[in-house]
Amino acid sequence: MTSPGRPLKTGPNGRPVRPFVMPASFAGKLYVWHLLLMRRAVQLGVLLLFVGTVRWGWELAGRPVLTGNLSSSELFGLVPLADPFATLQIMMTGHLPLQELLLGAAIILVFYALLGGRTWCSWVCPINMVTDLSAWLRRRLNISDVFHLSRNIRYTVLALALVLSVLTGVAAFEWISPISMLHRELIYAIGLGWTAVLGIFLFDLFILRNGWCGHLCPLGAFYALLGRLAQVRVGFDTPSCTHCGECARLCPEPQVLNLKEAAAAGMIASGECSNCGRCISVCPEDTLQFRLRYLIDTPNPSETTEPRQRRAA
Amino acid sequence: MDKPAITRRDFFTRVGQGAALAATGGLIWSYLLRQQAQATPYAIRPPGALAEADFNASCIKCGQCVDACPYDTLKLATADAGIPIGTPYFIPRETPCYMCEDIPCVPVCPTGALDQALDDIDNSRMGLAVIDIENCLSWQGLRCEICFRECPLQGRAISIEHHPRRISKHAMFVPLVHSDACTGCGICEKACPTEKAAIRVLQADLVQGEIGDHYRLGWTIDSPITQDFKAATDAAASSAPATGLDYLNEGAP
Repeated sequence: MTSPGRPLKTGPNGRPVRPFVMPASFAGKLYVWHLLLMRRAVQLGVLLLFVGTVRWGWELAGRPVLTGNLSSSELFGLVPLADPFATLQIMMTGHLPLQELLLGAAIILVFYALLGGRTWCSWVCPINMVTDLSAWLRRRLNISDVFHLSRNIRYTVLALALVLSVLTGVAAFEWISPISMLHRELIYAIGLGWTAVLGIFLFDLFILRNGWCGHLCPLGAFYALLGRLAQVRVGFDTPSCTHCGECARLCPEPQVLNLKEAAAAGMIASGECSNCGRCISVCPEDTLQFRLRYLIDTPNPSETTEPRQRRAA
Repeated sequence: MDKPAITRRDFFTRVGQGAALAATGGLIWSYLLRQQAQATPYAIRPPGALAEADFNASCIKCGQCVDACPYDTLKLATADAGIPIGTPYFIPRETPCYMCEDIPCVPVCPTGALDQALDDIDNSRMGLAVIDIENCLSWQGLRCEICFRECPLQGRAISIEHHPRRISKHAMFVPLVHSDACTGCGICEKACPTEKAAIRVLQADLVQGEIGDHYRLGWTIDSPITQDFKAATDAAASSAPATGLDYLNEGAP
C-alpha cells in the first residue's frame, strides 16, 4: 500500500496509515462518487419536481406533483410542507399562520430531525451546488482565507434573524435569503437573484472557505440545532481508524470530525455535520459509514484501545 | 487541556466585540429590510391580500397563488422587480386579474396572507382605478368608454357621467370610478387604448383622500341643525307645485 521509499507510519490502532487513492477504473471512481452523485440527483430532482409542476404542469393521477417552492409547498395537492425556520420567523412577526403551514412545518421538522438536520443542506438546498463548486475550485487553486471567522457566528445570525423579525415585522431572513432567491428564480422567473448567488460563490471561493454554508447561513444553523436529535448519522468505527486525516481534508465542517468525540460517541454526533458523506467516500479504512443512531452501540472509551474486528463493508 | 486564562478585561472586550458585531450586522440587515418594505405601496397584490404590513409579515413567498392563477397574472417579485423580493404581485397593464368566481389563488395560500374569508371576488380590493383626465379620450370629448364597457362591475365600479356642453359640441360621456365597488382588477387599465394607460390601478392608499370628520355634509345627515332644512324640503315635497299660468295664449281665438 505505501510506497517502499516512504517511512511506514502507523495509526493508534497499530495499523499502517494508508492515504486515500482514487481508483483508476471508472467503476471504482463511480463507487467513490456514488454519494456525491446521489446528492446531486436528489438536489436536482427536487428542483425538477418544482419546475416541472409549475412550468410544465406535471401531474400524477390528476394531482399536481409539487406546487410552491422550498419555503412552502404542497405534495400531490394534499400534503403541506413548509420551511420550519421561515414559519418560525413569520410567527415572530406576530402573525399566527394557518394550521396548514404549521402542519407543513411540523412534517419537515420531524423529517429532518430523523434524517439529520443539516441533511437538508447537503441533499436539498440549491445553494449547496454553488458552494460545493467554490470549495472544489478552492482546493484546486489552493486559495487561502482572507480572514478568520468563528463558525459559531451562524448562531448569532440565527438569533438576529429572529430578533429582527420581531423588530421589523417581516420575516428577516426570508426577505434577504439568497437560497430562496435562487430557488424562486429558477422556478418562476429569472431576475437579479443570481447576483446574490454570485456573491456567495465569490465569497466562498476567494474570501473564506465554506464562508456561507459553514459560517453565516442561519438556516444551516437552525438545522444544525435540529440535527442534535438526528437519527441518521455518520457512524465511526474507532478500532479501524488510523488517523490518516483524509476525511477532514474534504469535510466542509471539519470541526465535527473530532476523533476523540467520535470515538466516545461511536459516530459524528455534532449537529453541524450535514451527512454529505464526503468523508465516507474517501475513508480508506471504511471507518466512517452511515448508521442509524439507535443502532450504534456506544463504545466505552476505555475499551476502544483494543482493535475490534473490522465490520464487513 | 486548560484554556488560557481570560482576564476580566478580555472577557468584557469580547462581550463588547460580540455585541458590536451583532448590532452593526443587525442595523445593516434591518436597513435592507426597511428599504424593501418601502416599495410595498407600488405592488398590486392578489385578491384577498391583507393590509400591507400584515401581508409583508405573513407571506412566506412560496408562489402557490402564482401556480393557482389560471391566467398567469400573478408573479413572484424577482430581486430587481422593485417590489419586496419574492412576494406575489401583478402588473395590470400586462395581465390583469380576471376575477375568477372561485378565486383559486386564495385557498392555496398556506399562511393566511391572502384572507381565506374572501368568498366573493367582488369584495376584493387589490387596488383602485384612477383616471388621468388630461389623457382620457372620453374627457377630450371622444366616445371611448372602453374601460366602462370592459369593467366586470360595469355601472358599479365604473359609471358613465354625461356632461352636456354648449351648443355645437356634443355632450361628453366620461367614466367615473367608484371606490366602493372597484376591486382594482385592472381590466380597465389593460383595455385602455391610449399609448400609456389613462386609467390605472394603484393601491387605494396612494390615491384616496379623506374628508375628515369635522366636515358636516348637512344634506346627508339628520341633526338638530339640519332638521329645519329637512322639514322645509319635506314641506316643499308634500305641497303640490303651483300650476303655471297660461297667459300667453290668453284671448287667442
